[in-house]
Amino acid sequence: MLVFIIRRSMQSVVVLLVMSLLVFVGVYAIGNPIDILINPQADQAERAQAIASLGLDKPLYAQYFTFLSGALHGDLGKSFVHATSALGLILERMPATMELAISATLIAVVLGIPLGLLAGLRPNGVAGRSIMAGSILGFSLPTFWVGLMLIMVFAVELHWLPSNGRGPTTLLFGLIPVSFMSWDGLKHLVLPATNLALFNLALLIRLTRAGTHEALLQDYVKFARAKGLANSRVIGVHVLRNILIPIVTVIGLQFGALIGFAIVTESVFAWPGMGKLLIDSINFLDRPVIVAYLLVIVFLFILINLVVDILYSALDPRVRISESKG
Amino acid sequence: MRISLFRRGLGALAVGAALAVLPSAFAADLRIAIAADVTSIDPHFYNLFPNNNIAEHIFDKLVQMDPDSKMIPGIATSWKTIDATTWEFKLRKGVKFHDGSELTAEDVVFSIDRVPLVANSPGRFTAYTKAIVSKQIVDPYTLRLKYAAPYPLAPNDLSTIYIVSKKAAANATTDDFNSGKATIGSGRFKFVKYVNGDRVELARNDNYWGDKPVWDKVTFRIIKSEASRVAALLSGDVDAMEGVPTADLTRLKADPKFNITSKISHRVIYFNFDFLDRSSPFITAKDGKPLAKNPLQDIRVRRAISKAINRPAIAERVMEGQAIPSGQLVSATLFGNVPGLKAEVFDPEGAKKLLAEAGYPDGFNLTIHGPSGRYVNDEKIVQAVAQMLARVGIAAKVETAPMGPYSARASKQEFSFFMVGWGASTGEASSPLRSLLATYNTDKGLGAVNWGRYSNPKVDYLIEQAMQQVDDENRKIMLQRSTELAMADLGLLPIHFQFSMWATAKGITYVPRTDEYTLAFQFKPVKG
Repeated sequence: MLVFIIRRSMQSVVVLLVMSLLVFVGVYAIGNPIDILINPQADQAERAQAIASLGLDKPLYAQYFTFLSGALHGDLGKSFVHATSALGLILERMPATMELAISATLIAVVLGIPLGLLAGLRPNGVAGRSIMAGSILGFSLPTFWVGLMLIMVFAVELHWLPSNGRGPTTLLFGLIPVSFMSWDGLKHLVLPATNLALFNLALLIRLTRAGTHEALLQDYVKFARAKGLANSRVIGVHVLRNILIPIVTVIGLQFGALIGFAIVTESVFAWPGMGKLLIDSINFLDRPVIVAYLLVIVFLFILINLVVDILYSALDPRVRISESKG
Repeated sequence: MRISLFRRGLGALAVGAALAVLPSAFAADLRIAIAADVTSIDPHFYNLFPNNNIAEHIFDKLVQMDPDSKMIPGIATSWKTIDATTWEFKLRKGVKFHDGSELTAEDVVFSIDRVPLVANSPGRFTAYTKAIVSKQIVDPYTLRLKYAAPYPLAPNDLSTIYIVSKKAAANATTDDFNSGKATIGSGRFKFVKYVNGDRVELARNDNYWGDKPVWDKVTFRIIKSEASRVAALLSGDVDAMEGVPTADLTRLKADPKFNITSKISHRVIYFNFDFLDRSSPFITAKDGKPLAKNPLQDIRVRRAISKAINRPAIAERVMEGQAIPSGQLVSATLFGNVPGLKAEVFDPEGAKKLLAEAGYPDGFNLTIHGPSGRYVNDEKIVQAVAQMLARVGIAAKVETAPMGPYSARASKQEFSFFMVGWGASTGEASSPLRSLLATYNTDKGLGAVNWGRYSNPKVDYLIEQAMQQVDDENRKIMLQRSTELAMADLGLLPIHFQFSMWATAKGITYVPRTDEYTLAFQFKPVKG
């Protein structure tokens, strides 16, 4: 186990390094950000001065090595437009995105697995059919459109929920600002979290249904029933436990995707998370923030995959994390 | 796509929208949706519109601009030249900073000195301070600024420099301003809170020296998505918004629960021509072969393009009436406007004739470039122009990109015919003339945004003369004359002045501004 984790960490460092190089060169290739950064009234001398002050006058490799040596000391550079540490900016925004992604995952899991089970157990019933029809909508409707419609219905027309923004935050463990602790905060959270959850909800419903459907035909289920076990025990333990492995994998992978791609929901709902920061930074060509953001996301993906691998072995005793192959 | 879907949604549901806040409940708080990100509270860190918009509330300046971009007294009650190169500013007495200390000439000098020193700035305010050779504090309420040469724009320049408290801001970093530690101004509002990417909160300064605002508390919400901004207003989550999308204009105007105010902005939307002597990168003959000569160097071709563009149609249809066709650089109320210099009349036949005379009877292929999401309806304008050019034989394609990569290429002369916008932020014509039409000259600091590389020595001479002409009447004539010359050459191609639009909940009005700022103290509750 320990060897596995160490090996994974070493691979991760290589991935991060390659990633940083790619992004750095990519953003560099888009062009010099100075024309969009500087006030148009500035003359040539001021331009030159601003370019020098941001270190953009140096050749690419020199800029990259400056970045790397900073990164080794935990400093991913300063945002061009905010003058504060890029990593600090991202960490400041991260709780908002995490809160949104976790809420969305919870909604998807809490609704998706039971609905999927139901659809799997009664594939030809009215409930099963309508659940499956609904899940198609969840797949196919574009997020921004659903988001706007949610706003139109629940905020503009019914006035039940606020149209955008994040509610007041309180500190969790005296450290992390979260908004779900207050009623107002919860009200702000409902629409964006639902919006973000829809796709995963549909995915989980379909996955659970397919798994249930398949498991019901297996011998061990028939055997359990023949033994005279209660239906609830057959479904709740024998079936559910066996179909959980693909579901956990997907939840894990999708959680990363939720964090990375919460951008659309964050823009529609003016949710002050990391995704919105990325969009703003791309508009400014604020390279330090773009690079730092993508590194953080890659790091999160690596972490999530590690957690998923470890969860596997807990769920299924047959899966043993191999010490030799990694 | 997004907008039209949303309009359909609006159509169905706007009727049902009720206002959460009734006029009687307004008294205390004002919530405003703003369209762009505030990157910092430090008023000298970054000369960026949304940052300045917030600074306007917290800090004072020597000279203020009224809604028509005319200079009015701020901290300085009067200003005059005392010799050819020295300006004297008399300061208002008894002005108190938010911490209770008095604002004196010391603070003004400190603020001017701080401008070039702010660390890691992506765009300083030095354009407005670097001409100052020395500063002399005659007494706490008299300040003299010495320039190397006669410098008529001193008051205009100082209308951009925010005055911070020397006591609070000495050695302060930009982070100290963002946290509020150093954010001590003398303006109408005190700083309360800044949440990056989300909001800025301000509270009324009850000791303000001028008219006190009616709002106890003001919250600026940063909502970049147009549709979400409109939804926030419709749902009553905000009381006012800037940057009303033209697509939603008709709907909001028809709804009695909302007011729309608009005003012609100081921003001119124009096209640059490639003036370089080369085979222009995005122009080819009709058969796709490169042209040996750059046709845009020929005034007849430029004139033909100008005649081919139906500006009133763009203003009416693309802009939904929220623009005025233009034939020059600054609008009628601004200093240096040329009365009677009108937009080119739409004349496609004349355009074809001129093209034939110039040796292009069948036109040529052209790719037009433009920014996306930077100016009001920018992509649609470029598309409309392309269609209009196609009608006179110039087969035009359109390529647009976000402003970042777009401007990086445009400034390297990689385009042939491309759209830009320019806001005359000092409120007069020398701003666009110096930056857009003066010959590109690094030593003199002229023509920095002359991306088409237009050059006319007569225009340069007049601009340079005007820059040293302290007498307002003479300077105005020189600015007008140089504008006329450059426009006769079609050094660039003005399209229109865009309008800025604000929408407010019924019961609140806004005094709209030429400089596009959204200022909380200009929102007023309507009695009754």
